[in-house]
Amino acid sequence: MTAALATSDLSIRFGAFEAVRQVSLAIRPGARHALIGPNGAGKTTLVNALTGSLKPTAGRIMLAGEDATHLSEAQRVHKGLVRTFQINQLFANLSVLDNVWLAVLERNRRTGIFWRSARADRAALDEARACLEFVHLLPLADQLVATLPYGSRRLLEIALAMAARPSVLVLDEPAAGVPAADSEAIFERIHALPDSLTLVFIEHDMRLVFRFAERITVLVAGQVLTEGTPADIAANPQVREVYLGRRGAHA
Amino acid sequence: MTLLKDSGLAVGPGMRLPISGATTLLFAALIASGFLFPNHFALATQILVLMIFALSYDLLQGHAGIVSLGHAVFLGLGAYSSAILARAGLTDPLLGLAVGAAVPALIALVLSPIVVRGNDFTRLLVTLGVASLVYEAANRLRDLTGGADGLSDFEVAPLLGLFAFDFEGRTGFIYALATFFLVYLALWRVTNSPFGMALRGIRENARRMPAIGSPVARHLAVAYLLSGAVAGIAGALLAQTSRFASLDMLGFERSAEIVMVVTLGGNGHLAGVGIGAAAFGVVKDALSTVSPRYWQLGLGIVLMASVFLARGGIGGIIERLSRRRQP
Repeated sequence: MTAALATSDLSIRFGAFEAVRQVSLAIRPGARHALIGPNGAGKTTLVNALTGSLKPTAGRIMLAGEDATHLSEAQRVHKGLVRTFQINQLFANLSVLDNVWLAVLERNRRTGIFWRSARADRAALDEARACLEFVHLLPLADQLVATLPYGSRRLLEIALAMAARPSVLVLDEPAAGVPAADSEAIFERIHALPDSLTLVFIEHDMRLVFRFAERITVLVAGQVLTEGTPADIAANPQVREVYLGRRGAHA
Repeated sequence: MTLLKDSGLAVGPGMRLPISGATTLLFAALIASGFLFPNHFALATQILVLMIFALSYDLLQGHAGIVSLGHAVFLGLGAYSSAILARAGLTDPLLGLAVGAAVPALIALVLSPIVVRGNDFTRLLVTLGVASLVYEAANRLRDLTGGADGLSDFEVAPLLGLFAFDFEGRTGFIYALATFFLVYLALWRVTNSPFGMALRGIRENARRMPAIGSPVARHLAVAYLLSGAVAGIAGALLAQTSRFASLDMLGFERSAEIVMVVTLGGNGHLAGVGIGAAAFGVVKDALSTVSPRYWQLGLGIVLMASVFLARGGIGGIIERLSRRRQP
């Protein structure tokens, strides 16, 4: 089967420092694939290269079998590869609804239209509301994002990405900075995403990783240490040593 | 606060006039000014030009969050284009207005790739640099622009072939007023369109925009084009109603002034920017009458006070008032 998202020998170098070294991944359609690794392993750098905000030094990125290495970030979004951010990247002084509405309009390539009222596009507005409903933010639709509680902003991150109707969604620490109780709620919503959607996520909380991931890639110092099912990873002595061991056996 | 305010007047199903309370007040005041101050048509016309110019820059700074210290380039290009056209014998004012919009729009489109690059700081430097180049070029192309003397040897034919531009400036005033209304309504539509939403998205978070699939560079190019066209309209109006096009119209002082005017009026608030520009024009004129030597001191104090006392400018005050009225 063609991988939904794949890389071959992907490397990213910043001067003399090689943040990502010859990473080859193949993520099957519909996967729940976790990227784990200690801080500084190059996870976010890899995500930046996958989604196109960073140019790789070498290697290729394939999206559903097509070479996406030279596509811009926006072009990849229109090909179905969408991400969320570890640090919220929202439109702070717009309302919650307008945030998602804008994403829907961009996906439909309607934002070139400057001679018609945005309100004329009722379908886009309805779809934006549906996205908010999915993450339980519809009651807050008219609130300014700047006034939202932090946990709700994390959910809006996901709603914005969903508005782009991805086929592959890359979640960079979706529950970063959120208390444990709220991170459950966020992962519950991620779990509720359609099965057909391919999910790649970075997460530090091993409890969540082992609960939600079907496959796990362990990244250490920019390289793939190993890849396997949660059971494989839990049993791998190397992983225990370089990663889990350092964080404590309870993980 | 949502992007699109529902304060418009409903006129039948599905139709909505873009008239908020502040806009109605602004339009009424402008029309009234013509009756109240029949001896000040020239000043009122200049203020209308300033208002149109301010609206054009607000599309960039207020809506898209793109700063510029060279926006007067487009005002000046509009002024020179219409003046040069009139000198060549094509004296119809509406034709002059159209060419005065088209030339700066094209130049804006060409400039946009180098201007939208980088961050606010580099943009300030680049726009400043481009403006200096254009200024110097206009200064040197004496045959075309009249150099430091400017252009004044051109005629403007009667408006629509009917209304001659009279000595008191009544026709000029009505012409500028009608143009302002049309520009205002057009920009109201632009800023409430899907494109207008995308501009605010760029202002609020340029990093996120590509991640939702937005062609940011193209949006900014279109914003520059539209903004350049409207600034050019202001310039053409200025040249036609004052029978003069000169270097100061594309100079740094005009560019810096419009940054102040838009900030005073309230970034991204059309009615606020319109009112702010009108207030700026009136205060500037009053202060320079009171004290021809120290009027800039007074203006500086007014501007500084407005930054510290009126957050979000006049538009911000309007927002707070209208929110208080409808809790």
